Amino acid sequence: MEQDVKLDVVDLSAWYGKKQALSGVSFPIRSGEVTAIIGPSGCGKSTLIRCLNRMHELVTDATVEGKVMLDGTDIYGRDLNPADIRRRIGMVFQKPNPFPNMSVRDNVVAGLRLGGVRDKKRLDEVAKTCLEQVHLWDEVKDELKKSGASLSGGQQQRLCIARALAVQPEVLLMDEPCSALDPIATAKIEELIISLKNELNYTIVIVTHNMQQAARVADRTAFMYLGKLIEFDETVTIFGNPKEQLTERYVTGKFG
Amino acid sequence: MAKTSWSDELFRYVVLAVASSAVVLFAIYLVELVEGSAPTIPEGWYFLYGSTFNINNLYGVYPEIWGSMVTSAIALAIGVPVSVGVAVFLSEVSPLRLRSTLSFFVEMLAAVPSVVYGLWGLIVLAPALSTKIYPVVGRYIGFIPIFSCPTTFAPCFYYGLSVMTAGLILALMIIPIVAAISRDALLAVPASQREAAYALGATKSEVIRMSVISYARQGIIAAVFLGFARAFGETMAVTFVIGNEGIVSTTLFKPGYTLASLIATEFSTASSGTEVSALVEAGLVLLLVSFTASFVGRLLIRRFIKTKESASLL
Repeated sequence: MEQDVKLDVVDLSAWYGKKQALSGVSFPIRSGEVTAIIGPSGCGKSTLIRCLNRMHELVTDATVEGKVMLDGTDIYGRDLNPADIRRRIGMVFQKPNPFPNMSVRDNVVAGLRLGGVRDKKRLDEVAKTCLEQVHLWDEVKDELKKSGASLSGGQQQRLCIARALAVQPEVLLMDEPCSALDPIATAKIEELIISLKNELNYTIVIVTHNMQQAARVADRTAFMYLGKLIEFDETVTIFGNPKEQLTERYVTGKFG
Repeated sequence: MAKTSWSDELFRYVVLAVASSAVVLFAIYLVELVEGSAPTIPEGWYFLYGSTFNINNLYGVYPEIWGSMVTSAIALAIGVPVSVGVAVFLSEVSPLRLRSTLSFFVEMLAAVPSVVYGLWGLIVLAPALSTKIYPVVGRYIGFIPIFSCPTTFAPCFYYGLSVMTAGLILALMIIPIVAAISRDALLAVPASQREAAYALGATKSEVIRMSVISYARQGIIAAVFLGFARAFGETMAVTFVIGNEGIVSTTLFKPGYTLASLIATEFSTASSGTEVSALVEAGLVLLLVSFTASFVGRLLIRRFIKTKESASLL
């Protein structure tokens, strides 16, 4: 079944100073699907995902050209505020980064507080719902007042996902969310990604250097190499019957 | 084990000796101060709560302790917000090239000799404050006891050489150290913490408030303790502008005294062994308070660096 395009990447290029990191990348990200971006280190996959919610431009001297259409509107449009874009397109990072001076609960609702929500009951409810959505509620319900940094690495990452979900973003970007985690914590995150898609119909983009992970969670996969998009297709095709030789050599482990 | 030549051995002992001299010196100071104040220590707690110095051979430095505390408190109340503002500008707002230039000037402020601050305070700042600023403050918020008129006769006379002026000079003097340490604490906040806030849709000022300052809190508090230690022990500049009168008054617009300025002004004219002993004891109190504040500050800095490292190892 073809889904609507939620985010359309059109001829996107990005630079760090004079060094080009992305050149002319175009592909659609469909609503309610998980899209994976794979490729060897330095291929530009992290740069690409950071361009999707305007995080890239926070790096000194970083520039972008091209368009990213969110429901038909370019997020790089002149009258748009990057902070609003980031609220609509949430992000989870490689290293879990909870706010260490905030409690578990306050971490989850940090985004809502920013948005001006002050009602304590409402914040408690959202915290509970989001922690349930990331399957963390049962583990931390007695530790809501403890520091967000007191949890284990895997729990911290799920806390960060809950924090991103709390503002109800339309798209969730995940930049190698499991690279700092052990296999069990990784499996939990993967399970979570699939349940967020199936049960809550989230649109998710995940960057990963772990091909099995892409194969397990993604509906479609983009393969990047040296800043270019080499191939984009359904995940089964990318891993089973890729059209490009480069893709085949990468997914069969001949280089990487 | 690696072979070490005799010159390496010698070098090791030389630097070890130099480094441990800091510990030895501190121990010597402590012993000397306790020994020097032996004649008055048996007088007991009167020294801390008594308010007469050298009257009927009674020595109490309560007004001086009070003065040291109050001037340091004023210095912190005014100096800390300014310093944190400077630090936030340097680490978060300023363009990279401006940052190093400005940092240089902020640190140069620390190199201005305190006697220069004192002279400037005496000749320029104190007269200006007492004629132009304090009367205005007194007129509008004089109903608050600490800002009330210092004289009973009319028209009210605001002392230029006062606790308030000393506090303001101290505020200026602690800004370099508090700003520099706070800046380092802010710069040590990992990029991932800023990104976390940005990704939630925070604007730059929200990122600074919810993530950066909060994360660097411990480092900033450490800076405050070190600033306090500096203010509490500062001698020369305070001696110039505080008026040097051992009185405790509610209003900040009256002269006062601090432990450090007491020692500086009285020591050369001390007439008896007991008085010298009392002044040395004042030095002991000064050292202990400054040392404690410094120690707490360093401890916090070390803990801050530790938690920072463990956070980045996750």
